[in-house]
Amino acid sequence: MTSNSYSSATEHAHEPQLRGLKRWLLTTNHKEIGTLYLIFSLTMFFIGGTMALVIRAELFQPGLQLVQPEFFNQMTTMHGLIMVFGAVMPAFVGLANWMVPLQIGAPDMALPRLNNFSFWLLPLAFSLLLSSLFMEGGGPNFGWTFYAPLSTTYAPPSTNFFILSIHLAGISSILGAINIIATILNMRTPAMKLMDMPLFVWTWLITAFLLLAVMPVLAGVVTMMLLDINFGTSFFNAAGGGDPVLFQHLFWFFGHPEVYIMILPAFGIASMIVPAFARKRLFGYRSMVYATASIAILSFVVWAHHMFTVGLPLAAQLFFMYATMLIAVPTGVKVFNWVATLFHGSISFEVPMLFTLAFIVQFTIGGLSGVMLAIVPADYQYHDTYFVVAHFHYVLVPGAVFAIIAGVYYWLPKWTGYYPDETLGRWHFWLSVIGVNLTFFPMHFSGLAGMPRRIPDYALQFADFNLLSSLGGFLFGLSQLLLVWVVVRCVRGGKPAPDNPWEGAEGLEWTVPSPAPLHTFSTPPEFIPERDSPSRA
Amino acid sequence: MTGAWLNRILHAVLWISVVFFSHPLLAKNLYGNSSLNLPVGVTHMSREVYSLHMIIFWICVVIAVVVFGVMFWSLVRYRKSKGARAAHFHENTWVELLWTAIPLIILVLMAIPATATLQKIYDTSEAEMDVMITGHQWRWHYEYLGQDVSFFSNLSTPPEQISGAEQKGENYLLEVDQPLVLPVDTKVRLLLTSNDVIHSWWVPQLAVKKDAIPGFVNENWTKIDEPGIYRGQCTELCGRLHGFMPITVKAVSKEDYQLWLSEQKQQAAEKAAGNEREWTLADLMTQGESVYNTYCAACHMVNGQGIPPAFPALAGSLVASTAEGRATHIERVLYGKSGTAMAAFGSTLSAADIAAVITYERNAFGNNTGDIIQPAEIKKQLKPTE
Repeated sequence: MTSNSYSSATEHAHEPQLRGLKRWLLTTNHKEIGTLYLIFSLTMFFIGGTMALVIRAELFQPGLQLVQPEFFNQMTTMHGLIMVFGAVMPAFVGLANWMVPLQIGAPDMALPRLNNFSFWLLPLAFSLLLSSLFMEGGGPNFGWTFYAPLSTTYAPPSTNFFILSIHLAGISSILGAINIIATILNMRTPAMKLMDMPLFVWTWLITAFLLLAVMPVLAGVVTMMLLDINFGTSFFNAAGGGDPVLFQHLFWFFGHPEVYIMILPAFGIASMIVPAFARKRLFGYRSMVYATASIAILSFVVWAHHMFTVGLPLAAQLFFMYATMLIAVPTGVKVFNWVATLFHGSISFEVPMLFTLAFIVQFTIGGLSGVMLAIVPADYQYHDTYFVVAHFHYVLVPGAVFAIIAGVYYWLPKWTGYYPDETLGRWHFWLSVIGVNLTFFPMHFSGLAGMPRRIPDYALQFADFNLLSSLGGFLFGLSQLLLVWVVVRCVRGGKPAPDNPWEGAEGLEWTVPSPAPLHTFSTPPEFIPERDSPSRA
Repeated sequence: MTGAWLNRILHAVLWISVVFFSHPLLAKNLYGNSSLNLPVGVTHMSREVYSLHMIIFWICVVIAVVVFGVMFWSLVRYRKSKGARAAHFHENTWVELLWTAIPLIILVLMAIPATATLQKIYDTSEAEMDVMITGHQWRWHYEYLGQDVSFFSNLSTPPEQISGAEQKGENYLLEVDQPLVLPVDTKVRLLLTSNDVIHSWWVPQLAVKKDAIPGFVNENWTKIDEPGIYRGQCTELCGRLHGFMPITVKAVSKEDYQLWLSEQKQQAAEKAAGNEREWTLADLMTQGESVYNTYCAACHMVNGQGIPPAFPALAGSLVASTAEGRATHIERVLYGKSGTAMAAFGSTLSAADIAAVITYERNAFGNNTGDIIQPAEIKKQLKPTE
């Protein structure tokens, strides 16, 4: 396999370059596919973001002003689905496509044609999903967690399209994961052992295994829905002897590892950027790897903490509470490692570093509210309120999304050959930080005060917090237009970047020219572990 | 050695905070009246949950202050622009062991009170009375087991307030036509289930939240200390009007509860009498309209146009406006339609109400069938077991 893909990559170099649409439809180049993934993800980010703003506009004040409840439910559902499966996951896959081969000294991904296929499944999947909004009866309206029987017996007719699109996105993820695992395990430059790999590669390797393990479970659960809806089975239909709680067990057996799928690569990005701008080696490379693996393993035994109110037996509640609390330990190790890396460093604050520092602080806030949510008796008061909405948005938006943006600023010089505009980048950063915290911090309070999630209208005592959240939401959403502007400008020109644009950055990706030529590492690069490994003594 | 010392210090800090923040009076003065925090609540369990919440909250605050403190101090102290030069240390087994062990100890300290509280919450034994709570799209049904008293509890906020045509009231979206009345100082077992999709029954002041799931009966309990009105909402997305199915609990003294209960029984007897007599068309239409607007209009709309395809129109429909549809119409209302959102009302509404609403549906929205359905016919149709 390995030798095959090496030779095909070199042959490719001599083929005439396709132009226009065909070039992008047929490309098997990891950099071009990475770009496609990133553009797709950004598009979805804005579509899902627009839906979030519809939600925030409706919640600006009590009463029903702009949309009806049925449309509101479609907005919350689609916002979640699009952000999870369309924006965050493809963004990480895009970064992996671009950077994993460059970081391990490989000429391309191990399975380039599969790579093309797994990308082009996504636009298909999401066109289907979005088209369901215009169908009779509307699009999915049962929340992104699509609990049965609301999503089966009581679902709109378009649910079959929703199921098909989840299948397509799932196949795309599985194929992408296979490709990433094959690339990392087979195509590292010869001297690079597993414990010499950059942390972004390590976190992605572990993430890819998580994807392989849980996406088939998601496929299974939506197939059971399909059978319940169309073929008269009763997996989740109590009237037919089925079990609605089984749905939740299956969904969250996928869903909880999915949460880590969306955060582990973010840990990887932060672990690249913090040492680069602190000009100091990562404090504990090994413990970071072990912590990542521990989080991944634990993620399979905590799923029922999403189900503390469904009436599990006491013993199960206790087990899932303890297991969930345990996750705080390896997660803490990661945060402590970043802080210890900053300690006694020589720190500068370029835009990638600003986003990473904000990521660390904000992710930690989300992690701490996660510990609170793990405490079952307290969770009875938090469950399905805005406190939970605040919690998971803190780990996902000021967390994962900030890390993605940090990664984009960090690697943009390698992609385009120019530095991103520092002034615009700073504006983007500060507006984003203010906007995101103004949106999500008040949600802790509206939740504690008693506001349930997924409601289009609310009691008067929640009005002040919702007003703040809506203002923050619009500020955050609109400031992301600055990101587009920065990227577009950076593609067009700017201050030329050398091979290694950042003083303290390490890794093979900085040994190739900026911008990186279409084909790199046709022969494996030199890698001397004693000099180049992040785990060197 | 250091571990042991830290352990003792942490113990001390923990117990001081337990005593300090869990004292209800103090807690109430510090946070209780503010809408920034959980309510302290009106049951022993809610106060226990509240102190647990405050303990973990303060532990998290301390952790955040320490971690962010070191982080921001480093960011200020080791700026390159101020000439900081990077040190070269990395990996230190003792430090790494310590920052694994300390969080572990803190977590164990959190888990101990949490486990104790959870065990109490799960102890539903020795209840003095049972209430069956059934979730319906989109209202709650309460049944006082063994008392022959049961009723629906519907949102009572007028639609004009929701649309903004009227000033919103103080308890906007948190008010119902008939609250769940419970006696104080009585251990009440709550049994929860659902008639359609999953709902969740939450009253923050009682610290009770439990899902109502079709095919399952979940248990919980509460023992309210103070008379008063406590409000909550459905907390599991249950469809279109999920945001519009509030819960209101009215806690009264034991004597008042007995009084209320006998009133309810009397009303139930009157209602039962209504099932026995013949009704005029005009009476059926008046009663039918009120039943329709409470139970049917959420899906089929006040004008009978429905929201197709999920919620079909009744106006001009085969079932509701033709002679051939008459039998099917009665059957649908009594037993629902499987595979759709149409619920069965045969076991929850009285025969008179069902007769009235069917009569109304067959004579309103331009469905001029002229049909009169009497309670007697409904009673005949109902299966003998019901």
